[in-house]
Amino acid sequence: MDVLDIARWQFGITTVYHFLMVPLTIGLGILVAVMHTMWVRTDKPEWLRMTRFWGRIYLINFVLGVATGLVQEFQFGLAWSEYSRFVGDVFGSLLAMEALLAFFLESTFLGLWIFGWGRIPKKVHLATLWAAVIGSIVSAFFIIAANSWMQHPVGVITDDATGRPEQVDFLAVLTNNTALAAFSHTLVAALMVAGAALVGVGLWHLRKRTLAGAPSTDVDHSVWRRSVRLGGYVSVAAFILTAVTGDYQAKLMYQQQPLKMSSAEALCTTEAPAPFSIFAIGKIGSNECDDVHSWTVPYLLSYLAHGDFSTAVPGVNELQQEYAAAYGATYPDDPSFGDKAGEEIDYTPLLAVTYWNFRLMISMGMVSAAVGAYALWATRKGRVPTNPIAVYGSLAAVAAPFVANAAGWVFTEMGRQPFVVYPNPDVPRAEQVYFFTAQAVSPGVSAAEVLTSLSTLTVLYGALAVVEAWLLVRFVRGGITTGDGAPTPGHTPEGTPDDDQPGGRDRTDDDVLSFAY
Amino acid sequence: MDLQTVWFVAVAVLWTGFLLLEGFDFGVAALLPVLGRSKADRHLMLRSIGPLWDGNEVWLVTAVGAVFAAFPGWYASWLPALYLPFVLVLVGLIIRAVAFEWRHSHHTEQWDATWTRVITTGSLIAALGIGAALGATTLGLPLDADGTRVGGAFSGLGWPAVLGAVAVLGFSLVHGAVFLALKTDGPLRLAARAFAQRWALVAALPLLAWAGLVHLRGGTAITAFVWLVAALAVLVTWARIRVDREGQAFAAWSVVLLASTATIFGAAFPVVLPSTISSAFDVTVTGASVSDYTLTIMTWAAGFGLPVVLGYQAWTYWVFRTRLSAEPETPHAEKIDA
Repeated sequence: MDVLDIARWQFGITTVYHFLMVPLTIGLGILVAVMHTMWVRTDKPEWLRMTRFWGRIYLINFVLGVATGLVQEFQFGLAWSEYSRFVGDVFGSLLAMEALLAFFLESTFLGLWIFGWGRIPKKVHLATLWAAVIGSIVSAFFIIAANSWMQHPVGVITDDATGRPEQVDFLAVLTNNTALAAFSHTLVAALMVAGAALVGVGLWHLRKRTLAGAPSTDVDHSVWRRSVRLGGYVSVAAFILTAVTGDYQAKLMYQQQPLKMSSAEALCTTEAPAPFSIFAIGKIGSNECDDVHSWTVPYLLSYLAHGDFSTAVPGVNELQQEYAAAYGATYPDDPSFGDKAGEEIDYTPLLAVTYWNFRLMISMGMVSAAVGAYALWATRKGRVPTNPIAVYGSLAAVAAPFVANAAGWVFTEMGRQPFVVYPNPDVPRAEQVYFFTAQAVSPGVSAAEVLTSLSTLTVLYGALAVVEAWLLVRFVRGGITTGDGAPTPGHTPEGTPDDDQPGGRDRTDDDVLSFAY
Repeated sequence: MDLQTVWFVAVAVLWTGFLLLEGFDFGVAALLPVLGRSKADRHLMLRSIGPLWDGNEVWLVTAVGAVFAAFPGWYASWLPALYLPFVLVLVGLIIRAVAFEWRHSHHTEQWDATWTRVITTGSLIAALGIGAALGATTLGLPLDADGTRVGGAFSGLGWPAVLGAVAVLGFSLVHGAVFLALKTDGPLRLAARAFAQRWALVAALPLLAWAGLVHLRGGTAITAFVWLVAALAVLVTWARIRVDREGQAFAAWSVVLLASTATIFGAAFPVVLPSTISSAFDVTVTGASVSDYTLTIMTWAAGFGLPVVLGYQAWTYWVFRTRLSAEPETPHAEKIDA
């Protein structure tokens, strides 16, 4: 393997791993802030316990997201220095603004929230959590704006002296339609992750308590019940919104990156009207498009791509020729292209990856929505489902929206290959800005170095995943009374907290949202 | 002052802010096995930096982000030239971050001791690695005309890197000790004070040497004067900690850092990456920077964002201003007398 392949694997592994934490941080952050707000408004003890239980999971997850996010900030320079030079005028400023305007907000105010119980007035304390949550949402916006600029570069002209894009319209970069579509889609997908967690864990605890004969009238019962109901509504509503935003995004992608979308369908030749593929067999892995046979729904793809049932959808074969004519059939014979110099360019992404990840994303999202709907139905009018298959199935389905999120990003990133900066078809060919992945790697870095970092980070991430999973499972099993290490306020079922602060008058410096340094 | 200069200053300020803030939490973490003789003391040390370390670390993310944003040519030559050292820094920062959180997620002696050691190890690696990177970027890396490293994976790790590494560690150790003396009470406060008094003069030497060398390469009368201020501040720190004036010692030791980095960045300007092969290959502010348009946008963002950040971070420090002590009966013993 050459440096390019190793560096791509490294980017893929570290980024997908990082993005396991990100949607949970964003989604759960919003829901915990809602719980905390409900507590401040109603003073009901179950909202406080929910805030503390789900807040703790939010924090365990947050710290791993921060730790693995550091790698992102550095690896553009470490392994992709030529990319960094090329996009510097746009991409770097978005990362810097993310740090300055969002990440600072998130980290600082989260520290205040964690350690601020009882130290700052109740409403100000609530505001610190909202500040952190807003920080994480703004952070997501800047990162997605940076990514979307790579998918659809806007607001730039080519600098004649360097051949690199030069930013001329920052507002266009921020209001890039690709960014607005991807941001809204990512935000609601993050809520699906949080919703599924609330449903799965909540149902499991409700069932366990009920089988153990615990009363359905105490505070703990309403903690889990409210968690399930909130999670169920969020799962269903967020799924509908992912479908709406995803549909908008797909129609946009058909204009901006038709090859990505036709590869998602393994649509080999142009068809009018075009059918939507449900399932495919054949040599899809060989990237030989014509060997694929799929079961299809007639007309549907034309509708998804263009909003009617007749318009032609271009096939992979035709598009490959179009791109080869526009951007060259072979890579330039130049050392900056490394091993790829002079080779033929395959403009079609790996069909097996795009096709199956696209289906994985949609089906896992559907699973999550179905579980959410089931949970709402099964807990109607105070009922508690005790069927082990349904409850354990819902618990396992906590993983579904994580998979959907990861699959969506793998699809969108692999789908734009072989470009790292995709040419924007809205501007004339002569003014287009684009960059091949093959020319993006750091020229001075050896394969041995990248292999060292890839194996180091992979082993480290694997070990962290084991500890993280063990801690989370242990904590989730422990539930609200023992799991956070400190007695929850209002020990009696109908009790209310002794005062505004968790732990009441016994609070010491160590009693900080069970985050006791 | 043109925008490139403004952003060179901004980057210098961000790196300085990072060292000034994260320096004490690196130091406290590195001193855990030295000053944290009992479990209660170690917990006290960790509590003193608990609410602060994450906010401090964002200064690093912002500093690196600002280098990328304003000077992509600097970012794209500096990071790959020190590829493995930077990866090691990342490993150090990652294990340290998770250890802070995971240490108290499970309650056994063994678990606690393990993660406490991980915090120390990760902090040591990160402090040394970042020092090495800063030493190399101000004193020289083997770069060719394209800004690409020559000579293999370890060619960037010459004496400038070693000097920078020792300098940042030395500064952080004393910074952490003075911080503990200021922030805690009881036997730990006395031990931290004694450590700072014993080591302040020695620990400052590598930092002063680094600043002095950069001054000799490209300094002016002004950087010479600022360097003297740094040297003088070392003596002041030592003198104030001797008479138990912890607040003044903390302020003086902060001046040591501010004056040293002012000397370093002031004398290095306009070179951001000196090449040890030929000064014709030096990466400079002009060659590495983005367009004036982008710099203008970022100036607006920073002009709005940085004061706000400073405001709420200052508020955090104010909220957590109380002196900590190991006795749970008196959690808020007295205010800092800074």
